[in-house]
Amino acid sequence: MHPVAESLEKRFAGMFLGSRESLGDLTVYVRAENALEIFRALHDDPEYSYDYIVDVTSVDYPMDPERFEVVYILYSLSRRHRIMVKVRVTEDSPVVDSVVGIWKGAEFMEREVYDMMGIQFRGHPDLRRILMPDDYEEGYPLRKDFPLVGKGWRDSFSFVPRFQDVRPEIDGKKGDSDSYFPV
Amino acid sequence: MGILETEKTTGVKEDIRQKEIVLGSLRQAVLQNLDSSIQTDQFLLNMGPQHPSTHGVLRVLLELDGERIKRSVPDLGYLHRGTEKIAEYRTYNQIIPLTDRLDYVSAMANNYAFVRTVEKLLQLKVPERAEFVRTIVAEIQRIVNHLFWLGTQALDIGAMSVFFYTFREREELLDIFEILCGARLTTNYYRVGGVESDIPQHVIDRLYKFIEAFDGNIREYNTLLETNRIWLARTKNIAVITAEDAINFGLSGPTLRGSGIPYDLRKFEPYGAYDQVEFDVPVGQNGDIYDRYYIRIEEMRQSAKIIRQCLDKLPSGPVMTDDHKVSFPEKGRVMHNMETLIHHFLLVVHGFNVPPGDTYCGTETPKGELGFYIVSDGTGKPYRMKIRAPSFVNMGAFDHMAKGYMIADIITIFGTYDIVMGECDR
Repeated sequence: MHPVAESLEKRFAGMFLGSRESLGDLTVYVRAENALEIFRALHDDPEYSYDYIVDVTSVDYPMDPERFEVVYILYSLSRRHRIMVKVRVTEDSPVVDSVVGIWKGAEFMEREVYDMMGIQFRGHPDLRRILMPDDYEEGYPLRKDFPLVGKGWRDSFSFVPRFQDVRPEIDGKKGDSDSYFPV
Repeated sequence: MGILETEKTTGVKEDIRQKEIVLGSLRQAVLQNLDSSIQTDQFLLNMGPQHPSTHGVLRVLLELDGERIKRSVPDLGYLHRGTEKIAEYRTYNQIIPLTDRLDYVSAMANNYAFVRTVEKLLQLKVPERAEFVRTIVAEIQRIVNHLFWLGTQALDIGAMSVFFYTFREREELLDIFEILCGARLTTNYYRVGGVESDIPQHVIDRLYKFIEAFDGNIREYNTLLETNRIWLARTKNIAVITAEDAINFGLSGPTLRGSGIPYDLRKFEPYGAYDQVEFDVPVGQNGDIYDRYYIRIEEMRQSAKIIRQCLDKLPSGPVMTDDHKVSFPEKGRVMHNMETLIHHFLLVVHGFNVPPGDTYCGTETPKGELGFYIVSDGTGKPYRMKIRAPSFVNMGAFDHMAKGYMIADIITIFGTYDIVMGECDR
């Protein structure tokens, strides 16, 4: 077991669910309710000092009872070590605590997770859609039950023609493109 | 007579100075009186999404106090194409051209970041020569990107001539890309397990010649900017960010190194041939736009140094792995051998399977840390692919860095991130 995981397990017994090492990455699994406390320790404690947030992302496992996995990738610049922290939430209450208070860079990352996967971040200062339009109503595009082609929202756009078609009619058909532009 | 005249003029000057003092104090008094009586309103200004200096389609809502920025709210997503969603429906080889379209001014770097992640999942060893070729091409891309950045940043500020000089050298390097892979921008050159084609001898000679002249070229750009008073006034002490804030916001690349943090994945987690070459990571002191400009200039010099060392040490051998689970069989054999043809067909249609698991792999691209987080379920397509785009994360600090500066500085702050919206919106 990795020393960081060992010390986390000792310190946060009950909140710490396990750890895994593969391909040189350390992954720890923690309980969603206590995640914030562990993140604060990971950032503040000189033993861990994960001061740099690399990314916040999410994965959808529709078959699992705890459907969504939120993945936090943290890096320690002083110890040159990367850690992945994973938190599972259910579809009924997809809520985790926001870490914007610890890493300000998480603001946009969490907004993206909300936008793409529909996971709410409690205590986020400005939880809005970020990449999709504000009035997007089809749901959350990166969920596995969302079709690749979308759900037809785009078909409802009203179309505004750029040019009025003023080509002269020849034998009941419009003429060639030379006379296309309005005079 | 000369002396007399001087006395006379100094007398006049003294007179003017006195008047100025009087006027100055008068002006101050008026302003002080005005201050209490002026009613200021919140002034909102919409900038973009179509604006020549936003380097794509970026919209920012600015809350202004006079000409000063009180708050800015970036509105992203105008170039969102759903790369991550599309990737879930494509084989790994089909995703490489998608990555070209992320940061479209440095496509090679994106290819590199993606194939490295897949290779990490496959635990695939890349031939020695391929590693060197990849490093050379990645550094050429860094120079191309920084040249493009320097030209456009100067153009945004109003110095047009730099653009012509940097694009002259960029053209030469893009020609080399064209020889290597047939494309100048959307390159699709890296492959899982190596690169698509070997680097020919005449390209090596051309690169040596380019590097020989490149140091002089950089000096040439610097004569236009380094001590240019307008450039200094527009870049010194603008968009300052402290080291603690820069780390906290997760900035990367020259934007982070400008604040004095030597975080460079080429040094922190060496990959490719970076552990076999000598180079320095330039860092800034003040964390302002000028420092970040200087870092990028210095990085170009270091890149040239890396390319030269790699060319000197370039080993012979194949540039593609012989693990035919992932690499395509030779074209000549495909045409004559049934099994090889089937294998080729399967690689095209189904792709290669990647063992189940997930990993994150970050690569130092010209703009910062470009990372891919890939979850594989054991099939030929990724279950989930997340792109950690440096432009997107850097944009998170935009409000913090623009606060308190003038409205005209907004353009230079966009520029200092070296932002490309294709990567930011994905």
